[in-house]
Amino acid sequence: MNVKLQNLTKRFPARGKRAKQEVHAVRELSFEVPDGMLVGLLGPSGCGKTTTLNMICGLETPSEGRIFFGEEDVTDLPPELRGVGMVFQNYALYPHLTVMQNILFPLQNLKGAQRLSSQEMRRRAMEAAQLVQIEELLDRRPKELSGGQQQRVAIARALVKMPRVLLLDEPLSNLDARLRLQTREEICKIQKKTGITTLFVTHDQEEAMSISDRIVVMRAGVLMQQGVPQQVYDDPANLFVAKFLGTPPINVFAASVRGERLFLGESPVLEVPGAADQEVWAGIRPEGLVPQADGPMACQLHRVEAMGRDVSIVCRHPACQADTLRAMIGSVHQVDPASAEVRFALRPEKVFLFNKEDETRIPFAAARKGEDGAQ
Amino acid sequence: MIRNDEFAARQRGMQRRRRAGKLVTYLGLSVWAVVVLFPFYWMVLTSLKSYGAYNAEHTPVFFTLAPTWENYRQAFTAVPLGNYLLNTLIFSVLTTAAMVVVSTLAAYAFARLRFRGRNLLFGLFLSMMMIPSELVVITNFVTITNWDLRNSFLGLILPSITSVFYIYLLKENFEQVPDELYRAAKVDGTSDLKYLWKVMIPICRPTLITITILKLIECWNSYIWPRLITDDQAYYLVSNGIQQIREEGFGRENVPAMMAAVVSISVPLILLFLTFRKKIMQGASQGGIKG
Amino acid sequence: MNRNANKAWLYLLPAIVLLGAFLIYPLVDVLIYSVEEGYNFASQTYTGVGGYNYLYVLHDPYFLQALKNTFILVIITVPLSTGIALVISTGLSSIRPLRQLYQTIYFLPYVTNTLAVGLVFMILFQRTEYTDGLVNLMLGWFGAGPVDFINGPYWAKMFVLCFYTIWVVLPFKILVLTSALASVNPDYYRAARVDGTSRTRIFFRITLPMISPMLVYLVITGFIGAFKAYGDAVALFGTDLNAAGMNTIVGYVYDMLYGDSGGYPSYASAAAIVLFAIVLTITCINLLVSRKQYRD
Repeated sequence: MNVKLQNLTKRFPARGKRAKQEVHAVRELSFEVPDGMLVGLLGPSGCGKTTTLNMICGLETPSEGRIFFGEEDVTDLPPELRGVGMVFQNYALYPHLTVMQNILFPLQNLKGAQRLSSQEMRRRAMEAAQLVQIEELLDRRPKELSGGQQQRVAIARALVKMPRVLLLDEPLSNLDARLRLQTREEICKIQKKTGITTLFVTHDQEEAMSISDRIVVMRAGVLMQQGVPQQVYDDPANLFVAKFLGTPPINVFAASVRGERLFLGESPVLEVPGAADQEVWAGIRPEGLVPQADGPMACQLHRVEAMGRDVSIVCRHPACQADTLRAMIGSVHQVDPASAEVRFALRPEKVFLFNKEDETRIPFAAARKGEDGAQ
Repeated sequence: MIRNDEFAARQRGMQRRRRAGKLVTYLGLSVWAVVVLFPFYWMVLTSLKSYGAYNAEHTPVFFTLAPTWENYRQAFTAVPLGNYLLNTLIFSVLTTAAMVVVSTLAAYAFARLRFRGRNLLFGLFLSMMMIPSELVVITNFVTITNWDLRNSFLGLILPSITSVFYIYLLKENFEQVPDELYRAAKVDGTSDLKYLWKVMIPICRPTLITITILKLIECWNSYIWPRLITDDQAYYLVSNGIQQIREEGFGRENVPAMMAAVVSISVPLILLFLTFRKKIMQGASQGGIKG
Repeated sequence: MNRNANKAWLYLLPAIVLLGAFLIYPLVDVLIYSVEEGYNFASQTYTGVGGYNYLYVLHDPYFLQALKNTFILVIITVPLSTGIALVISTGLSSIRPLRQLYQTIYFLPYVTNTLAVGLVFMILFQRTEYTDGLVNLMLGWFGAGPVDFINGPYWAKMFVLCFYTIWVVLPFKILVLTSALASVNPDYYRAARVDGTSRTRIFFRITLPMISPMLVYLVITGFIGAFKAYGDAVALFGTDLNAAGMNTIVGYVYDMLYGDSGGYPSYASAAAIVLFAIVLTITCINLLVSRKQYRD
C-alpha cells in the first residue's frame, strides 16, 4: 500500500518573545512512498523530516494538506487507527518490561473485536521475534541488551501489529560505526522479507543512499528532490542536493560561462554547449577530476592521500569555495607528491552548473569526450 | 476500516471529553491551591482586624473594611517580637555561615585531597546521615547544660552546625570539577586553599547558594533544640516566641495580635522563597527533607 | 604525600570535632543513659544497670497514648499524602498554562514556620465561647453540627492533626513527584500513543512503574518523618500534649527530658531508642516489600 502526502504544511507557534509569529516546520510537501518500498527521508537536522514522520504516524496533525494510505485519507485519524508501526530514535523500550512484554504491549491495547486470545498474542509476538532473530532474548530487560539488540526489539514491537506502514526515526544514529553497517543491512533484509511499505528518516546521506529504493531530500521543510538514489546523485536538481549527497563532498567553484565554455578564473576548462553566458556555481564531483599532464585545469598540489583502493588528491584552486578541493582517482594514476602543480581534465557528466541566484541546475549538453573539454 | 464521517464524530466527542478533562484538572488544582493559600489569607486578614471587631464577630467575616496596624504595634510592644526576630536572624546567619565553612572544608578534603582512610571515613560520614536527631538531642541537652551554655548563642549554634547531607552534596559537586584544573593550578604553584577559594567555590557557587538558603530556612524554623536550650525570653527564637505568645498571649486572648506576630515571622521566609524560588525548589528536590 | 594527608585532616578537623561531640558521642551515651536505673540529673548518679527504664516507659500510659497517636497519624497520613501528591502532580504535569504558578503556590507550606501556621489552623478549627470558628461555619452550610476540633473529641483532634500534617508534608512530595514525572522520556508516551494505548493503561503500565522508585522513596521518608511528628501537634494543641491526649513519641521524649514533667534523661533515652527501633523495623519492612515488588 502506498503512502501519499499532498501539500503537507505544518506550522508551529513560535516560542518566546515573538510569540505572534509562526514557524514553518514543513511547507507544501508532496511525495509518494510506493507500495512495498523502502524510502529514505533525508536532510540536515532541523529540516522538518521528523515532523513529517510524526504527521504520517499521527502524533501530530498537519496544519494543511492531506495524507493518504492507499485510497484512504488518514489525515484526521489518530495513530492507533492508521495501522502504523514506529521505531523511535532511542527505541523507547519500556525499561520495566521484558523483551516479550514489550513486544506484547501493542497487542494488549487492542479492544473489542480486534482483541486476540493470549495464545494468539504470544504466537504473533514469537513470529515477530523470529523475524528479527531475538528469540533467545525474550526474558531479558532492555538495559541488559546491546544497542543493536534493542533496535531489533523495537522493530519487532513495531511489526507485531502487522502495520500497513513502518516508520523509523533515525534508526541507526544510536549505534556505533560497525554495528551501523550491519544493522542497516538487517533493516533492508527485514523490509524485503515483510514487504511492508517503509519510510525512514536520517541525516546521514550514505545511510540513505545505501539501503533505500527511493530517497526524498528535504531542506528547511521544503522538498528538494526525490528519486532513485543513484539518479539523484547523478542528476542533482540544485546545489543543495549536489552538496548534500556524496562523500567526499562535491567541489564547488565560482565560475562563469562565456561562449558555451566554462571558465574557472580566466582559463576555460570545459565545453558546455547550450548554457547561456552568466556567472555560475560549478560543482565537480571528486571522481570527475582526471589527472592529465596537459589537462585544462591547473591546481596547486597540497597533499596526496593513499587510501588503498583509491588515491585522494588534495589541492588548492583560487576559484574553489572551500579551502581545498579533492579529487578521487584510481590508484593506477601516478601523481608525484613532490610536484607543485597537478593538472586535471574534467569528466563532463560529473560537472554540474547552478544558477548563482537561486542555485537551480543549469543544463548543458555534455560533449562526448571529457578530454576534449578545452583546447 | 471506520468511515470518515463516523470517525469525525468520534473525534469531536473525544475532543469534548478532553476539554472536560482539562476543566476538571484545573478545578481540582485550584481547589488545593485555595486550601494552601487560605491559611495565609486568613492570617493576614485577621491581623488587620481590630481586636474589638474580631471579638464581636460571632460568625467569621471573610473581609474587613477597617484594616488597622494596631495589632502589629501590639505584637512588637506587648511581647519582645522584635527581639525574637533579631535572635533568630543572628542564630540563622551565624549557624549557616559556620555550616558553610565547615562543610566546604570537609567536602574539599573528601573530593580533592588524597589521604589514607579517605573512603572509610567518608563511608562513616554517610552512615551518620541515618542517625535520627531525636536520639542525640538528649545527650546534647545534658552536654550543653553541663558546659553551662544554656541560654547562650553558642549553646544554640554549636550542635546545629554540622550537616552530613550538605557535606555529601558539596563533595559530589566538587568532584564534578575536572581534575585537570587542579593539576593545572598545582603546576602554576597555587596553594590548596587558594585553589579552593579561587576555582572550586566560584564554580560550585550555585550549590553553595542552594545549601545556604536551605540551611537558613531550616534555622529560621527550628523549634525543638531552641526550646530545650533556652528558657530565658531574651534568647527565644521566633518558634519559641510564637509558642510563648500562644500560651501566655498578650495578657488576654488577643487573636489579631497573635496573627500579626505570625505574619511578621512568616514574611521574611516567604520573601526569601519568592526571590530564590528556582534554587530552593531544585535544592529541596535533591533531598532536603523538612526536619 | 604525608604533608598532603596532614592538610586533609586539618580541613576535616572542624567537621570531625563537631560530629564527634554532637552526633557520635551522644549516640553512644544515649544507650548508656537508657540502661542506667534511677539516674538523678542533679547529682548525676545512678543506682544500677538494667532494663527498668524500658519497662517503665512501656508501661507508662502517657507513652502508650503517644504510641497509639503516632501510629494512627502514620497510617492515615503516609498513604493519603502520597496518594494526594500523586494525583496533584499528575494533574500538574498534564497542563501547561499556569503550571509555574500552581507549583509555586503548592510549595509555600514548605518554607513556612510549622509552629506559626499551626496557630492559624488552630484559629480556623477552634470553637470558643465567642465564636464557632470558620471551619464550623462551613460545616454549618452542609448542616453538620459544630465540633470543637482543638479541645473536643479525640477523633476531631486527630482529624485536624492529620489534616495539618498532610498540608505540611505535601509540598515536598508534590515537588519530588512532579520532577519524577517530568523526567520520564516523552518518547515512551509517543510510542504508547502510536500503539493506541488508553490513558488509564498508560498511567498504570508506563507512568507508575517509571516513577515507582521515587514513590518508594517518598513512602519510606514519609514513614520516617511521620513517626517523628511533634511540631505540628505542639502548634495545634500547645506544649502540654499529655493533657490534650495528643502527645507523640517524640513529644514524650522531650517531655521526659525537659519541661514540667521533665528531668528524666534515662526514660527519655529509653523512649527514643524504642522509637528508633520502630522506625528501623518499618523501614526494613518497606525496603523488603518494595524490593520484592520490583523483582516480580
